[in-house]
Amino acid sequence: MNAASSLRRIGLPRLIVHLSVLVICIIWLIPTLGILVTSFRDAGQISASGWWTAFTGAAETSAARLGEPSTAKQEGTNYVISGSVFEQGRSGAVRAFGTRVAAPTEFQVGQAADLGEGETLTINEDGSYVYTKNAPFGGERGKRVYLSVAAPPSFTLDNYRTVLTSQGIGQSFVNSLTVAIPATIIPILISAFAAYALSWMEFPGRALIIAMVVGLIVVPLQMSLIPLLRMYNEIGNLFGVPSRSYAGIWLAHSAFGMPLAIYLLRNYIAGLPREIIESARVDGASDFEIFVKIILPLSFPALASFSIFQFLWTWNDLLVAMVFLGTGKDQLVLTGALNALLGSMGGKWEILTASAFITIVVPIIVFFALQRYLVRGLLAGSVKGG
Amino acid sequence: MISQVVSAVGVVIAGVFVCALYYWLSDKILQVVFPVPVDNVHAASVNLNRRAMIRPWLFLAPALILLVVYLVYPVVATFILSFHDRSGGNFVGLSNYRWAIQDAQFRQSIFNNILWLAVVPAACTFFGLVIAVLTDRIWWGNLAKSLIFMPMAISFVGASVIWKFIYEYRGGSDTQIGLLNAIVQFFGGDPQVWISLPFWNNFFLMAILIWIQTGFAMVILSAALRGIPEETIEAAVIDGASGWQIFWKIMVPQIWGTIAVVWTTITILVLKVFDIVLTMTNGQWNTMVLANLMFDWMFRGGGDSGRSAVIALVIMAAVTPIMIWNIRQANKEMGGH
Repeated sequence: MNAASSLRRIGLPRLIVHLSVLVICIIWLIPTLGILVTSFRDAGQISASGWWTAFTGAAETSAARLGEPSTAKQEGTNYVISGSVFEQGRSGAVRAFGTRVAAPTEFQVGQAADLGEGETLTINEDGSYVYTKNAPFGGERGKRVYLSVAAPPSFTLDNYRTVLTSQGIGQSFVNSLTVAIPATIIPILISAFAAYALSWMEFPGRALIIAMVVGLIVVPLQMSLIPLLRMYNEIGNLFGVPSRSYAGIWLAHSAFGMPLAIYLLRNYIAGLPREIIESARVDGASDFEIFVKIILPLSFPALASFSIFQFLWTWNDLLVAMVFLGTGKDQLVLTGALNALLGSMGGKWEILTASAFITIVVPIIVFFALQRYLVRGLLAGSVKGG
Repeated sequence: MISQVVSAVGVVIAGVFVCALYYWLSDKILQVVFPVPVDNVHAASVNLNRRAMIRPWLFLAPALILLVVYLVYPVVATFILSFHDRSGGNFVGLSNYRWAIQDAQFRQSIFNNILWLAVVPAACTFFGLVIAVLTDRIWWGNLAKSLIFMPMAISFVGASVIWKFIYEYRGGSDTQIGLLNAIVQFFGGDPQVWISLPFWNNFFLMAILIWIQTGFAMVILSAALRGIPEETIEAAVIDGASGWQIFWKIMVPQIWGTIAVVWTTITILVLKVFDIVLTMTNGQWNTMVLANLMFDWMFRGGGDSGRSAVIALVIMAAVTPIMIWNIRQANKEMGGH
């Protein structure tokens, strides 16, 4: 039994707890759900109605023209025009109608609406109408009416097709992978060796280096940007190479992730049982062999934790990419592309939501697949520090 | 496109290979340079000692080089640049600092950063603690935790798009498709352009970070709550304490250390908040924060490294106390090993 289970017996009524957690979960989920649903909706429907109506079907306002006065038939003293408000071959369900654009729901379907001047108009749900007047109709053209038509829910993959091809999100996806994969794997190996040296080798200055690593964990990125940008530009000028390149950002990401990596891995590696390492030494194994054959396999959980952090961080990063990579098609990462779209496509939610979803889908898969390691890494990084 | 993927994979393989080769080769060279002859005990022990002295530095070298080039040197360089003019060439004394104190936008940024610091860490820790306590008591708590933790995986830019859609405003008689305005309208209020609403727009931006970070606080605090010894709570129950009293007087004091860690971690994050402001408002409508102002000056009008450096140093100064505290804490732990 733990603390939580004893609280269970004495706390608030269970139902309230269940309900409040449910409400919190819904609040937390709704924002993401909103863009997910929207990204599959038809562009016209997105701006016509909120995404929460996507499954019930939205009401769209449309305009139609009744038959021309020349088609009127005389029935007793009345003149009658009849037909369907829908064009040939189309169908729908009329919910309400009106004669002014500002009031498309003025009249109910199926009931005769008195339009004044002896005119009455009846529009049925299936779109058929009867328009009568107690005198001949004047004018040349048919009367304009406005309809509130129930639009059936319509979902489409077009938005994804558009952003992946014409908006360059597909290319950016590849660019993001190009940045994130090497920037995750390179620092792991380097920091693992350093962490091993800092935990199982005796040498002067060890404590100082550990203190430096701990201190560097919190150094804000902003401190590094200006000198590094200058340095990259100088190197670019000196050797005649572009100052913004993938190699540059791999090294930058590796270095920025290094303090946390060394700290997490050192905590873990230092906690491995001494006997295993000592007995391997007695058997004549070199440090290199011990590291490769014993430390690396045993540290798998810590390595996994850090690689998830580093992958999420490099994939989701915007600032480092903005400084160290160009904005050309071949270097623009997903976060940068999304930021650019926010500027150029503001209000075009079919583009923005589909792009956003492509941006977040990889980290979310990683998150749900490897959540266990992520939590373990977080706990090792924070609880120990306290 | 395909070739880019292939080359990226190639780089990974080559990079791993080069790294492994470095460590393996350097170890081999060490063995050749300082041989351990079987017939000369004295020479063998001298060379073994030399190997033991050099080997740690071979293992550390790549990491140390990266740390020094990308973090240690830039900190020093930024400090020096803050006393130089926009191109970094001429010494100008304290004039960049004087500019900062008098600049309205800089003051606005400081004010906003303080606002963020006052609201976000407190809100995340509070919500995280409440949710941790609640979810620990129900059978589907782990599922609920997963859902609340999930925004952690979403980029700040992605989260900004998600929330911008919630804050969306449509003018005229258009249907409000933003959730917030639809709710306001449902209750009879007038739709607002939330992200340009003076002063309050800061809070709408903070909501995004709170949404992302509450899961982090929840996970850490939940683990700490589970570590509380059962006896302390049993004793309180026997003494007739209510659930509320047990929470505030028995549980919270025992996880005080963890609360502090969560608080400081989020504080550091808040000081560096950049993406959210950039994508939501780009600092317009009085939402500028230090990290964005710094970035702005890095490139504004060809860039001003002096002013930019001063702003970076302000952020650095704010995290320094936390840094010192962390180092002390780590030293204490190592002493106890």
